Amino acid sequence: MSQQGYVTAPPYSQSQPRMGGFSAGFGPPNSSLHYGHYGDPNSSHAAAPQPGLSKSTVPLGSSAPLGPLPPATHQVSQNNFQSGPSAAGQQPHRFQSPLPPNNTGPSYPPGSHQSQPASPNTVSTSCTTQLANQLNSMQINSYGPGAIQSSHTSGHPQQLPLTQHQMTLQPGPQIPPPANNFSGLCAQSSLPSIARQDGIPGSGLPNPNLQQLPGQTPGPGYHPQQANYGPQMAGSQLSYPGAFPGGPAQLSGPPQKKLDPDSIPSPIQVIENDKASRGGQMYATNTRGQVPPLVTTDCLIQDQGHASPRYIRCTTYCFPSSSDMAKQARIPLAAVIQPFAIVPQNETPLYVVNHGETGPIRCNRCKAYMCPFMQFIEGGRRYQCGFCNCINEVPPFFFQHLDHIGRRVDHYERPELSLGSYEYVATLDYCRNNKPPNPPAYIFMIDVSYRNINSGLVKLICDELKTLLDKLPREEQEESSAIRVGFVTYNKVLHFFNVKSNLAQPQMMVVSDVGEVFVPLLDGFLVNFQESRSVVNNLLDQIPEMFADTNESETIFAPVIQAGMEALKAAECAGKLFIFHSSLPTAEAPGKLRNRDDKKLLNTDKEKTLFQPQVNSYESLARDCVANGCCVNLFLFPNQYVDIASLGLVTMYTGGTLYKYNNFQLNSDSPQFLTDLRRDIEKKTAFDAIMRVRTSTGFRATDFFGAIYMNNTTDVEMAAVDCDKAVTVEFKHDDKLNEDSGALIQCAVLYTSVSGQRRLRIHNIGLNCSTQLADVYKTCETDALINFFAKSAFKAILSQPLKVVREILVSQTAHMLACYRKNCASPSAVSQLILPDAMKVLPVYMNCLLKSTVLTGRPEIPTDERAYHRQLVMSMGVADTQLFFYPQLLPLHNLDLKSDTVPAAVRCSEERLSEGGAFILANGLSMFLWLGVSTPPELIQGLFNVPSFAHISAEATLLPDLANPYSKKIKSIVERIQSQKPYTMKLMIVKQREQPEMLFRQFLVEDKSIHGGASYVDFLCCVHKEICQLLN
Amino acid sequence: MATYLEFIQQNEERDGVRFSWNVWPSSRLEATRMVVPLACLLTPLRERPDLPPVQYEPVLCSRPTCKAVLNPLCQVDYRAKLWACNFCFQRNQFPPAYAGISEVNQPAELMPQFSTIEYIVQRGPQTPLIFLYVVDTCLEEEDLQALKESLQMSLSLLPADALVGLITFGRMIQVHELSCEGISKSYVFRGTKDLTAKQIQDMLGLSRPAVPIQQGRPLQAPEQPVISSRFLQPVHKIDMNLTDLLGELQRDPWPVTQGKRPLRSTGVALSIAVGLLEGTFPNTGARIMLFTGGPPTQGPGMVVGDELKTPIRSWHDIEKDNARFMKKATKHYETLANRTATNGHCIDIYACALDQTGLLEMKCCANLTGGHMVMGDSFNTSLFKQTFQRVFNKGLNGEFRMAFGANLEVKTSRELKIAGAIGPCVSLNVKGPCVSENELGIGGTSQWKICGLDPCTTLAIYFEVVNQHNAPIPQGGRGAVQFVTQYQHSSTQKRIRVTTIARNWADAQSQLQHIEAAFDQEAAAVLMARLGVYRAESEEGPDVLRWLDRQLIRLCQKFGQYNKDDPNSFRLSESFSLYPQFMFHLRRSPFLQVFNNSPDESSYYRHHFARQDLTQSLIMIQPILYAYSFHGPPEPVLLDSSSILPDRILLMDTFFQIVIYLGETIAQWQKAGYQDMPEYENFKHLLQAPLDDAQEILQTRFPMPRYVHTEHGGSQARFLLSKVNPSQTHNNLYAWGQVSNGRATCIWEYCKMYIQIIVCIVAVLFYLIVFGLRLGAGCICPALLI
Repeated sequence: MSQQGYVTAPPYSQSQPRMGGFSAGFGPPNSSLHYGHYGDPNSSHAAAPQPGLSKSTVPLGSSAPLGPLPPATHQVSQNNFQSGPSAAGQQPHRFQSPLPPNNTGPSYPPGSHQSQPASPNTVSTSCTTQLANQLNSMQINSYGPGAIQSSHTSGHPQQLPLTQHQMTLQPGPQIPPPANNFSGLCAQSSLPSIARQDGIPGSGLPNPNLQQLPGQTPGPGYHPQQANYGPQMAGSQLSYPGAFPGGPAQLSGPPQKKLDPDSIPSPIQVIENDKASRGGQMYATNTRGQVPPLVTTDCLIQDQGHASPRYIRCTTYCFPSSSDMAKQARIPLAAVIQPFAIVPQNETPLYVVNHGETGPIRCNRCKAYMCPFMQFIEGGRRYQCGFCNCINEVPPFFFQHLDHIGRRVDHYERPELSLGSYEYVATLDYCRNNKPPNPPAYIFMIDVSYRNINSGLVKLICDELKTLLDKLPREEQEESSAIRVGFVTYNKVLHFFNVKSNLAQPQMMVVSDVGEVFVPLLDGFLVNFQESRSVVNNLLDQIPEMFADTNESETIFAPVIQAGMEALKAAECAGKLFIFHSSLPTAEAPGKLRNRDDKKLLNTDKEKTLFQPQVNSYESLARDCVANGCCVNLFLFPNQYVDIASLGLVTMYTGGTLYKYNNFQLNSDSPQFLTDLRRDIEKKTAFDAIMRVRTSTGFRATDFFGAIYMNNTTDVEMAAVDCDKAVTVEFKHDDKLNEDSGALIQCAVLYTSVSGQRRLRIHNIGLNCSTQLADVYKTCETDALINFFAKSAFKAILSQPLKVVREILVSQTAHMLACYRKNCASPSAVSQLILPDAMKVLPVYMNCLLKSTVLTGRPEIPTDERAYHRQLVMSMGVADTQLFFYPQLLPLHNLDLKSDTVPAAVRCSEERLSEGGAFILANGLSMFLWLGVSTPPELIQGLFNVPSFAHISAEATLLPDLANPYSKKIKSIVERIQSQKPYTMKLMIVKQREQPEMLFRQFLVEDKSIHGGASYVDFLCCVHKEICQLLN
Repeated sequence: MATYLEFIQQNEERDGVRFSWNVWPSSRLEATRMVVPLACLLTPLRERPDLPPVQYEPVLCSRPTCKAVLNPLCQVDYRAKLWACNFCFQRNQFPPAYAGISEVNQPAELMPQFSTIEYIVQRGPQTPLIFLYVVDTCLEEEDLQALKESLQMSLSLLPADALVGLITFGRMIQVHELSCEGISKSYVFRGTKDLTAKQIQDMLGLSRPAVPIQQGRPLQAPEQPVISSRFLQPVHKIDMNLTDLLGELQRDPWPVTQGKRPLRSTGVALSIAVGLLEGTFPNTGARIMLFTGGPPTQGPGMVVGDELKTPIRSWHDIEKDNARFMKKATKHYETLANRTATNGHCIDIYACALDQTGLLEMKCCANLTGGHMVMGDSFNTSLFKQTFQRVFNKGLNGEFRMAFGANLEVKTSRELKIAGAIGPCVSLNVKGPCVSENELGIGGTSQWKICGLDPCTTLAIYFEVVNQHNAPIPQGGRGAVQFVTQYQHSSTQKRIRVTTIARNWADAQSQLQHIEAAFDQEAAAVLMARLGVYRAESEEGPDVLRWLDRQLIRLCQKFGQYNKDDPNSFRLSESFSLYPQFMFHLRRSPFLQVFNNSPDESSYYRHHFARQDLTQSLIMIQPILYAYSFHGPPEPVLLDSSSILPDRILLMDTFFQIVIYLGETIAQWQKAGYQDMPEYENFKHLLQAPLDDAQEILQTRFPMPRYVHTEHGGSQARFLLSKVNPSQTHNNLYAWGQVSNGRATCIWEYCKMYIQIIVCIVAVLFYLIVFGLRLGAGCICPALLI
């Protein structure tokens, strides 16, 4: 990839003439990328007259231009495709059969020019074709046909085409009519005829694919209810019908086939480049509007007047100066603020400024806090606010003379004058009821219904708590934590525990009035663990026994939160609830829920209701919690639908974290759960926080996304905010922005620290303004953009149909790129796809977002899973979203055992896998260790201590601790991946061609998704088509 | 007349019955002219150590409307093995078991000396006694400590298999689960929310889950004790646990700010206790024992708000209709009491506080269910401790002096009808041919339920003669009444006690002297007093007094002998001679006079008056005064101020108080220490004698009376002075130079008396101020009797 901004320079000039695909210019060396105009319909049509004819009979156009390959050719390219057996215990067979290249999106209107791969082309052994084929075949994501498993094995690939051909002939007509407007179905139904016409076997894979799927047991994380993989499981489709206006400006088949995956912008390349250029260096935030290194790049950040990118990342570091410009560019102006982000050991922690009684110095008019943007004038007697330009008197105690450049003499002595981020000690005016806050409290609320007892979970939690409670967060300088703890268990009723230190044994108080729950005790509920250690330990020992013979299966939920909140309220402190819950709360009580999961709602206007809480009471409960500084952390252990959209709502609004462990098994899931729990308890957290984002004149913060609650339009309330929570703030223009003064942002968070101190944390960042769109595009940050897009889309699905949201995302992408093309890029052929350098991976990321489970309404995806992901993403920071949407895929088979570096990632595409390799894939929530069938035995031996591939047990969730370099190295890699991630990833071992691979494949985000997401290439085409249309 | 006295005494001893008239006027008209109604005081479980219960079922009359029990008054045809019911004249076959019956082989129930007989019957499973402690924790530390000790002590007094439960309350209510090891567990309820019985049972997990779902397993019965056993456990099992639990009991932890009363949820606590027993052990003997140290201040049943500045209601407020919470609270407790009565449980109230505790509102809980009501100043007094201990006293035969769930049925011969009953009972609303339409007391029924009773519990039962004047009763005809009391004995046996009595009819016109001679003035006084007190609960005080006066006048008019316009000629026969005196003291008694008593005190006094037997009731009406002096052996003296002499020691027993009063000289001697000198040992004995007698009374009395030891001029002498007939008062003493009652007193003495009164008033004012400030309550405290 050219660093000058050429995303791709397709090296296949030799194929151009034939394919008519790429025009001569692979991008002149300006800051844009030129794709060959592989989408020229005319030429492609001309190039493929034969199929074109046949295609014209196809009603809805086809996404399946079937490019049959000669068996021989195919075999050559096949190695990469064999990705595992179709079903566990069955003979592996090749499901990546010689697939015909299956090109772009399905929703081409009827009669559109579908350029079909001309037989001659495909027959040719041109490597381009092969690659394209590979690329395209990946999209199908299909597993081999179940029905023909017996008839072909991996040993006889040659037979495959034939059998497939037979298959396609027969089941073809049986495909039910499309259930929705995914035109992929239509495309499929046309497959047989095409295949026959071409006379080449090996087409029509999607059909067998369908039959195969039902036999697949869903992988972990998916409920059995999704077993009904219907025939709708189209293999090949783009599900953004709205994004395709139809018309002529499409990308056509033949040129596309030549598209080399390596030629399109690679996120990995971008990341690696940034690492290479900026990694390991020091980045000083001394310049306004400076674009920081990518989130994936490790570097040392020095605060020199602007907040570190760890705290604030912006979508662009140069705002367009007028709103017209902003509208034109359609680049969202947003900042992702992670106010309590962890900084590495080698970076300076925030200084604390204490002005004593006076409290922080603030602008009289806009109340902005003293910061480097304040301009001192009149010899230092006054200062002008950088945000509202108001001129304020300098308080006498703060007065200092100015030096020759008008800077205060004590500039470098005061953090609030020289640093982007610092803290103030707040005065009583900033406290609730003007009283100094009490130290926060943690309340552990354990569901002790039959299931949790039976699964051993309760015992696990209780045992773990005994050790964990010693690790409650504390201020650095303090010896022990000031946080008090309390315990509640519940099933249909609530049990409070009195664990006062002077008691001989704990006292249990049952509150069965769940309709109007209250806290039955005042003294002894919240205790200091150090003081009450013996009573608490006694209690934790007893809880599992106490309920050992319970047969209560109904649970309550809202009253539990209510109780916790009331307890904190009574104790007049903020705090966190840790709720360990496992089932849908069906007991008669407020917040009772019913199972409302209805697959029929998918892709209808009512789909949004699945993401909304079922009953209103949760919303008001959340409001009360926020008002009382009660943060709710929810650990869910469901084995069926539990309505996360409702249960998680309070967690979401109160800045809590939601953890979910499907089908919790004590053996396999407890390490993951315990690590999460430990991390969450130890986490640095700010309580009872309220955040305010102030901006300089001309623009203002309009929208906030995150685990927050807003009572009005400006105050962001968070019952608690921890190091992983980020708030994404969108800005809009009010007026013209001045290029000289730039755009200044100050984010102030007022919070109570773990020791009960009231503090203010201030982050300041200055951005540039420009009248040149090019400047805006140049300073864009794709990772932040995707964070913004994800959050805004995930918020929008509450009110808009999914389809509309997806359309908006696609069109916005197209608009941004089209605007660049129109205004910034040097003139070139319309058919060229030109991407701004800073945004060259935007399409692939955007595609990942579009095919995320939340935005794909597929019946196979459990509703809870979608709600869960939605909720997680809403509070994620940039680094987390980056990893979440574009997982990290690390090859392990060619490790350098000597060095301690993590191997360079490869692109998330099936073709990057190899039979002889082992890979780790991680997205922040799950981690997979994929093992190719011919993984080197020494690697297997080293990792698992078993002699061969066949001996590996896929059940393991941990790698054994072995004293050999492989094991050590890979374990250290796993640790490295895991470090600093908010959620513990459960390691799943996936053997190639075994059934769990299906799940694994969903994370190969550049490929066509099994759930109907487009492949990277397809999406690129689709966007390109949109752009072309916009430009015309 | 000694014969009648003996007859009455004998009857009382044998049957526990005392009639106002022992010869009955034979017509309705005449009966009404007798002024005092035909009525009786019945002590259903009067202790009869000489009465061995029989172990079989009673034989009942076969007429469904009658069902009277075979008794000595029945005519028996031994040959035909038939008996005739003496109430309905139905002829009945003896059951097969009586085949061997003959003149010489009679079953016990036919023998005349067994006019009262007790049957032990086998009915249903025997459930152990249940004691549910409901304990207020909003107490001062030492009060709570004392109460805890009393409760712990009581565990050792309970029968080993008795079930105990514990509910504590303050701002919230905790129902303690007693069977837990390692952790003490309790169910907590909010004190402000009234809960229905069903809700309470649901929340306590007592209601069985909808069982129909699990078909084919009708295993309900064995489950029941398992479920209820969580809160009610046999004493022997959880003795230690409960002792520890009580030991760890803390004061209500919720903060009480300055100027506030603690929040006390007595209403809900009681409601939960009732609901708990209702759901688990309906219709078995159970006592809910409420220990409270102050008025309910929140939730249903609250009597006063938590602001100290608003005092608890006084009679003044009630008259002015200014008692905000009274009606609602009374209704709440009434509902509870009725529910409890329906379930056959009883509620005891032990209220110990200096201020009122809302007994007025809660009284029906004890009154309707036959529970005890005890009022004291503090749990840390011997008054409470001993009284409480005495609840678990054992009788002569080593059995607890308590019985439960009694059902009293009264049958009368056809000339009589039942007008009603007054006592710790509720109506069972059983209408029958022998129920009168005119109600006196709780009427309209022939059956009553007495949920808790002891051997002293006495009911007044009023009758109406319905025989018409023109339908004379044949010569020698006798009217009969049968009392059938079915109850649960403290040994958990089901027993039936049957008392059948008969009295002669007499024609009032021709045989008035017989009727007159057979008048039981003591019984009559108590019966009239009960009527008066019963009326006083619902009517204005003056009306009741006027009614009593009118009744007295009419009685004197009817039975007195006098010449018109010659007051000196008025004579009453011996059988009536004491009656006016009783009425006089009754008028002055705290049962009818509310002045100087708080509403709580009135309720307390009336409660006890309505259940004590004749002797105790008489003491309450007219306190007994004994005099001790060197002039002779101890003697009862007139309850009159003239009995107060300097060289006398007086012992007054008002039932609620025992006062020992040293006359002026005696007091001086005592101060001089003569009793310690060997030569004055007789003085020592004199001083000791009343103490010993007082001890004797204290030993047996329930509730334990307030013991006052005072002397001439002592502040507590007011207890005595307020009771005596003021033939000498400061009023007539005041009249300078005038000598009343022929007793010469020097002016100096008057002055001293005057000064004393002044001093007393000052003391009272001081007391008032201190209390007013401390309690913020304007109540006139119980000790104020000037």
